[in-house]
Amino acid sequence: MPVLELLVNGSRHRVETDADESLLTALRDRLDLTGTKYGCGEGQCGACTVLLDGKPVRSCLTPATSTAGKPITTIEGLEEGGRLHPLQEAFIEKDAMQCGYCTPGMIVEAAALLRRTPDPGEAEIARAMEGHVCRCCTYPRIVEAIRAAAGRTPKPKSGRGGTPTRTGP
Amino acid sequence: MSDERIVPDGIELEPERYELDGALPYRFAVGRRGFLGLLGGVVVLVAAPPGSSQESGRAGRAEGQETDLAAWLHIAEDGSVTVFTGKVEFGQNARTSLAQAVAEELRSPLSTIRMVMGDTDLTPFDMGTFGSRSTPYMAPQLRKAAVVARELLKELAGTQWSVDPATLEVADGQVEHPPTKRTLGFGALTKGQKLVRTIAGEVKATPADRWTIAGRSATKVNAREIVTGGHRYTSDLGPGPFAPSELLHGKVLRPPAMGATLASIEQGSIESLAGAVVVTDGDFVGIAARTSAEAGRALESLKPKWNLTPQPEGRELEGRLRQAPEPQREGQREGRGGGPYVVGSVADARAKAAQRLEATYTVAYIAHVPLEPRAAVAQWKDGRLTVWTGTQRPFGVKSELAEAFHLAEDKVRVIVPDTGSGYGGKHSGECAIEAARLARTAGRPVKVVWTREEEFRWAYFRPAGVIDVKSGTDASGRLVAWEMHNYNSGSSAIRTLYDAAHQHIEFHPGRSPLRQGSYRGLAATANHFARESHMDEIAAAVKLDPLEFRRKNLKDARLQAVLDAAAERFGWAKARSGGGVGYGIAGGFEKGSYVATCAEARVEPSGTVRVVRLVAAFECGAVVNPDQLENQIEGSLVMGLGGALFEAVEFDRGVIQNARLSRYRVPRFSDAPQIDVVLVDRKDLPPAGAGETPIVAVAPAVAGAIFAATGRRLRALPLVPQGLPKAPA
Repeated sequence: MPVLELLVNGSRHRVETDADESLLTALRDRLDLTGTKYGCGEGQCGACTVLLDGKPVRSCLTPATSTAGKPITTIEGLEEGGRLHPLQEAFIEKDAMQCGYCTPGMIVEAAALLRRTPDPGEAEIARAMEGHVCRCCTYPRIVEAIRAAAGRTPKPKSGRGGTPTRTGP
Repeated sequence: MSDERIVPDGIELEPERYELDGALPYRFAVGRRGFLGLLGGVVVLVAAPPGSSQESGRAGRAEGQETDLAAWLHIAEDGSVTVFTGKVEFGQNARTSLAQAVAEELRSPLSTIRMVMGDTDLTPFDMGTFGSRSTPYMAPQLRKAAVVARELLKELAGTQWSVDPATLEVADGQVEHPPTKRTLGFGALTKGQKLVRTIAGEVKATPADRWTIAGRSATKVNAREIVTGGHRYTSDLGPGPFAPSELLHGKVLRPPAMGATLASIEQGSIESLAGAVVVTDGDFVGIAARTSAEAGRALESLKPKWNLTPQPEGRELEGRLRQAPEPQREGQREGRGGGPYVVGSVADARAKAAQRLEATYTVAYIAHVPLEPRAAVAQWKDGRLTVWTGTQRPFGVKSELAEAFHLAEDKVRVIVPDTGSGYGGKHSGECAIEAARLARTAGRPVKVVWTREEEFRWAYFRPAGVIDVKSGTDASGRLVAWEMHNYNSGSSAIRTLYDAAHQHIEFHPGRSPLRQGSYRGLAATANHFARESHMDEIAAAVKLDPLEFRRKNLKDARLQAVLDAAAERFGWAKARSGGGVGYGIAGGFEKGSYVATCAEARVEPSGTVRVVRLVAAFECGAVVNPDQLENQIEGSLVMGLGGALFEAVEFDRGVIQNARLSRYRVPRFSDAPQIDVVLVDRKDLPPAGAGETPIVAVAPAVAGAIFAATGRRLRALPLVPQGLPKAPA
């Protein structure tokens, strides 16, 4: 079994992997970093997204061997010193989740987007996130959360009127 | 299921298709009260509603089981409050909204309420989390338990201070005596106590218009775990509860087609699998290994031979659905007919009608595609089997396991971690059984996570259906006759709320070629699609505006109210279809709640159809958590667009043809239209469930909008899987 050195969230790990093992399996089954999810195994749902060299990749299609020595950031690595990443805060604030299974992949992809484009519009966000599936279909809220995190007051997409009370965080 | 469905006049045409499996012959006592007796502090038991132990089917058949309890609430000697319920969290937000109900009555911050959900050792029997029941049925029960606990705490404080408990108040998690400003925390009051109360008689809960915690938006209680990746779904378990190298990964051999059985497996191919645990047991062949890749490789090296059985071709579907089912195999229960609902004579009324229409509508099989596929971790220890698995029916799966392994029920424990969605698709326990079978031989815990492809091929689908409608309308545009036959898809919301003096409505079970089961909203989507589309067709025939025609034939004030609210927000009165843009409207009722949806569709010259705007007005009685309710409605609407526009399972001779996410299209970011939700908050009415009904009016509203834009009436769901179909020559 090849022994790889993986640089994950700033820590070095020596990991024994199978020859054809995906980065997803290495992260989940070898390092117990299970925030990165399996959803489809063919790069269609985005649940397994991590940052490799700062760029979003589908870890289910990325051979672990190809990532040796390169910096990898997973959802577990976005918090800094116990402080949530602004995207994590915004997803909570906007209730941009239901079952939450797609959420880590969404946040990691959005983190890369905001690094590229600090203040994306709705259409840009939709384009960048198109490879991600939220089967609970919370898409409008995810867009809102990303815009909130981008430091903008999100334009209400539709008014969302009719809410009797809107209190709480 | 008398307490489950609210049908206008209480007539039920078909029990809903919430369960796939038949009754178990036995069930053993569990000795729940023994467990309760061990708890110190204060325990309030919540009795189950009468009749809940008389459900047909496995999950409710509970001889010897203590089905008389629905939940309990425990205030420990340290003051911590824990609620035990068999409901599970799948994204519908029950963990938060149920905690809100308890926090409200205990006058305690939401953060102090801990919910233990879906653990068959710790929580009382529950039929399952489906049918939008948690809010209307479980929340009021928990509310009452919290009221009883609150009053009990006041009694305890009253005794300590020698004051009348009626003079005491509970706020911020403590009991206060306002005249003397003395306070005691819950822990100080429950310390050294061992009290068990059962809710008896009438318990008055706080009315909705005086709610301060419920009725308001609250952030999901475990949102932080979700956004940090810290929450462990079933598929994320291990090595957590186990020794690091102890957990094995399992894979199961699947047949090449439905109906195929294993003929033989080459012995040599099994023996060469060093290091893997191979289990062959009847039709079951599975492998457990150190990694799932290793298990997968071992599986591929096997050389099985299969006996195939003839399976229907895809193009035979409609004919099969119109056929009565084969005599049911023992232990199978996949919905049954309940006889027709007949008033007057449709034939006579149609003979005299000024306008007669008839049309056939169809709906395809669709897949749930829960983003977390089926997953289970099984462990055998000291003769007991424990399985962690994402199922909407923990107690049903416990029974399945007990049956599969010939175990007494008290030897099986099922634990359901908050799960990566289900939408009605995770009622069954096949993955749990597979993990348990492998773990038994391996002598170590085994995790099985289905691949996406397995989920597409071997789970079950929303039923396909064929619906025939015949109608008659008089010269003034009044509906006089309504006949509707649903073949195979189900009877939910099959009854019409429109006035028609003569009606014949009937559900006919069909001969489904694919395994089918529950799906969000059940057949209400199919029945609303047929009914509301047909109402539109009549409106066009009698040259009335679709909303005007509905108003003319509707007495139900609640449906009228949501139709008006949606139309007003949408600007229906001023909306003029044309230039490739069309507007549609549809309304409906199911599970105690009402919805109306307006849609704007744009049809490009290429035939591409885009839904650019949806407005939904929704009324489900008193609103418990407005923000989460809107979240559910928005999600339902966009999910509904998938089934309306493009989702369909393709099959041929026992093989699913599009068993991958790249071949089965689900809604994505670019499909989400502008959405506007109007909540009609009826604080005078008890809260109804809301996770399902908002989906039902999407498809007919979109079909109406496409008709308005193009003059083309599409009668098959999905409407435009490849864009607008070519006009018939």
